[in-house]
Amino acid sequence: MSDMIHSPLAAERRWPNLWDMAAILFVCAVLVTVAHVARGTLVRIDTPGATEISLDPWRLPEYAARTTLRMFAALAASLIFTFTYGAAAAKSRRAGAVLVPLLDILQSVPILGFLTFTVVFFMNLFPGQVLGLELAAIFAIFTSQAWNMAFSLYQSLRTVPADLDEAAVSFRLSPWQKFWRLEVPFAIPGLVWNTMMSMSGGWFFVVASEAISVGDNTWKLPGIGSYIAQAQAERNIGAIVWAIVAMLVVILAYDQLLFRPLVAWSAKFRVETTAGATAMDPWMLRLIRRTRLLSALGDGIARAATSLGGLRLSFRRDPGPREAAPSRARDAIWIVVLAGLFGWAAWRVFTFAAAELSWSDLSDAVLLGLVTLTRVVILMVLASLIWVPIGVWLGLRPAWARRAQPVAQFLAAFPANLFFPVFVVCIVHFHLNQDIWLTPLMVLGTQWYILFNVVAGAAAFPGDLKEAASNFRVNGFLWWRKVMMPGIFSYYVTGAITASGGCWNAAIVAEAVSWGDTKLVAHGLGAYIAQATERGDMARVVLGVVVMSVFVLIFNRLVWHPLYSHARRRLTLG
Amino acid sequence: MHMPLLEVTGCRQAYHKDASADLVVLDDVNLTLRENEIVALLGRSGSGKSTLLRIVSGLLQPSAGRVTWRGKLLTGPADGIAMVFQSFALFPWLTVKENVELGLEARRVPRAEREKRAEAALDLIGLGGFASAYPKELSGGMRQRVGLARALVVYPDLLLMDEPFSSLDVLTAETLRTDLIELWAEGKLPVKAVLMVTHNIEEAVLMCDRILVFSSNPGRVANELMVPFPHPRDRLDPAFRQMVDDIYGLMTRRAPSGPKTAAVPVHPMAMSLERVGINLMAGLMEALAAAPYDGRADLPTLAAALHYEVDELLPLGETLQLLRFAVLEEGDIHLTDKGRAFVQADVDGRRALFAEALRAHVPLVNAIRQVLDERWNHRASAVRFRDELEDHMSPDYAADTLRTIIGWGRYAELFSYDEEAEQFSLDDPE
Repeated sequence: MSDMIHSPLAAERRWPNLWDMAAILFVCAVLVTVAHVARGTLVRIDTPGATEISLDPWRLPEYAARTTLRMFAALAASLIFTFTYGAAAAKSRRAGAVLVPLLDILQSVPILGFLTFTVVFFMNLFPGQVLGLELAAIFAIFTSQAWNMAFSLYQSLRTVPADLDEAAVSFRLSPWQKFWRLEVPFAIPGLVWNTMMSMSGGWFFVVASEAISVGDNTWKLPGIGSYIAQAQAERNIGAIVWAIVAMLVVILAYDQLLFRPLVAWSAKFRVETTAGATAMDPWMLRLIRRTRLLSALGDGIARAATSLGGLRLSFRRDPGPREAAPSRARDAIWIVVLAGLFGWAAWRVFTFAAAELSWSDLSDAVLLGLVTLTRVVILMVLASLIWVPIGVWLGLRPAWARRAQPVAQFLAAFPANLFFPVFVVCIVHFHLNQDIWLTPLMVLGTQWYILFNVVAGAAAFPGDLKEAASNFRVNGFLWWRKVMMPGIFSYYVTGAITASGGCWNAAIVAEAVSWGDTKLVAHGLGAYIAQATERGDMARVVLGVVVMSVFVLIFNRLVWHPLYSHARRRLTLG
Repeated sequence: MHMPLLEVTGCRQAYHKDASADLVVLDDVNLTLRENEIVALLGRSGSGKSTLLRIVSGLLQPSAGRVTWRGKLLTGPADGIAMVFQSFALFPWLTVKENVELGLEARRVPRAEREKRAEAALDLIGLGGFASAYPKELSGGMRQRVGLARALVVYPDLLLMDEPFSSLDVLTAETLRTDLIELWAEGKLPVKAVLMVTHNIEEAVLMCDRILVFSSNPGRVANELMVPFPHPRDRLDPAFRQMVDDIYGLMTRRAPSGPKTAAVPVHPMAMSLERVGINLMAGLMEALAAAPYDGRADLPTLAAALHYEVDELLPLGETLQLLRFAVLEEGDIHLTDKGRAFVQADVDGRRALFAEALRAHVPLVNAIRQVLDERWNHRASAVRFRDELEDHMSPDYAADTLRTIIGWGRYAELFSYDEEAEQFSLDDPE
């Protein structure tokens, strides 16, 4: 190191800079808010003011903070779930055989239909306490986030490059070490992306799950969602505008302070060696990296995490040679146990249904399901017709794509249910047909998934193929059919799967809405579930949710999965 | 004599950069293409030859100058010009046959004729049995055959080829070249002229009737050579070897006039550096110092022995010349005393010699060190150097130069670099 200069000023580098002061203030403010909000969750439900919502806009910051905190509580739960369930599914062959299909089904269940059961369950767990309601809301958000996060981890764990795996084994890393040193870092880009997408989706559910009514009881948890519900009940359009503004601020903060920095940070875990297009670091990430205290804090956490992951924990004494051939006998026992469980579950469902429901109930639900299915199909077609050309146009112009992408992501994160009242006011005012005009609400929040995936697809379309098409003068319809559509198809399908899943979920809140005393109800399975919930009719809620799940599953299996695997097999580049 | 097929006059291509200086990629290029000739555009990467090809194909509009095609001004992709791409550019979702038919479909050729022509083109190029395969199922050589068939099927008067063999392995590339030349010599190709871009000197001499040698930065036609040998040509023919040698000489002789030598004192931010790694330099110097070269080698021979193309060997040689470890002259390279000393030194000695050479001959290193020494915290953002470099060169060159200097500086332990914060510093590397 002959040329290195050891500066006498080196010590000075330890002093905090101006950014640090700002950072300290910021951290303190966050801690105070968390403490204040957390206190609210431990009071009894009949405490005056605990569950009453004031439409005073000045209360909105507090409500926004509580809503946000719910999101993060759910996120923590989802992460724990991901690292246990996802890891177990990937690591154990027998567990995987059950857990993976189960996850696939859970993904298709409309979460909002759950709300009724979970509220009752958690209220029984903590009778008379706000905590029960909080947990029910958090659970609803959790169910909207956890499945695809766990899937992402599972898929990453199954596709760890063989050479890295062999290197880890040959250095005799214990399974624990291997998990944290190799498998988790490898999974991080996918996991972070899915987590952020889940969070984006979660805002919709947090808003929907704060004001819950089951039968005669209506509970409102302080938060932006119940603020909106209250405003809707009181027909206060001004309050709705305030709530939308507050939500805009929250989503903007989430987008800038969390989403972008995390996604940019996760890029360093990508295995591919080709340097991709390196965009500018988001300002927040730069702030963290340049701010000494914050970066020291980050380093500290990283070091702690590293040493924790480095522990030679081992659940088996010695990994030794690869495990011997799986034993037939144990497999047989496993299958018998599963069959027993399945039989028991089927019997329970059957006895429950036989006592409460008739065949005509089932045919009603299926018929309404077909109505909602028609809506979803029409919406997907319309959204595709509108957003695919726009997305391609934007994606082929890099300057536009760069600007459009974050906007579309932002719009996807914004809970569309906040805009429902605006539509409802219009429908009521112009006496519009409810069956038609309530429909667009379903796609309001989810159409953006199509847009930003198509933009990404068109932006990633290889330049040489564009040149080849232009050189052979391929234009017009031929260009769409043979060049661009196949090129963006796998991106489009990814976006459309998310969008159509979101549509089904949104049906539960979009097909039956109210404005003061005016109730607007469209025909459909979503309204069926919503109304059954309102009546406290458990049996029909179950029936509705099951029928909807089956519709979603069949729709996924018959439409999206074949399209997706076709896209993967035939239409991917390279 | 026929009217020329294609005429490029006074062509200039510049990219607008900020408000001040334009970045000139091509400057005053003239080119005339007649029937029945194969012409090569030969040059280093970044010499603008691919840009010229895209201008000729109508994919790109030149900033100034005119291109006429069969006597008419060319304003966009034209009938009768078809291109073969370096990366093949096959549509992965179309079968071989569909890929080949695409250009015909765009011209609304009826299906029956389309199929007949596609089949004929595939048979001609030796792909008869692959019609229903997808590009993914084919090897690189087969894919480029599809690319050729796709271009030939539209019966283009002019076939453009953008480094068509450079992403293929040596043997495959050679087979494809000889097949193509055979078809051309037998008059079986439905084309009137071929214009190809290459950085492989032997390829140009093997295939072409005329070679335009490009100089870099900005791209200009520096020399025009006629290749007098009849097809099929023999690479081992002494006259062939001599021509390859001469072209090497042409391409190295010009180098000293470029900005890469400090004969005239250049602005520290105006010297662009190629992305040449330390190991590569050390490896070449070791190879040169050892038998059979003993410190002096003929570039074509060296390139052949190391399986390097001129595009890879020249930047390496020039970088060694810049650091005064070697000298290039007339198609030869020989080690200097410094170079020999480097080869014989141990790890620390090499580092010291390299640091010394950097400080003496690369002003950018001194500029960075000066800023770091002046700063109280001995840190400096890389962005400011990149901005300063971009005042004198294209953003791509600036990024390459910065990457190179970071690698060199780290090796020489003149400074360290924090990738995440994009900062140079004098900290001990951890």
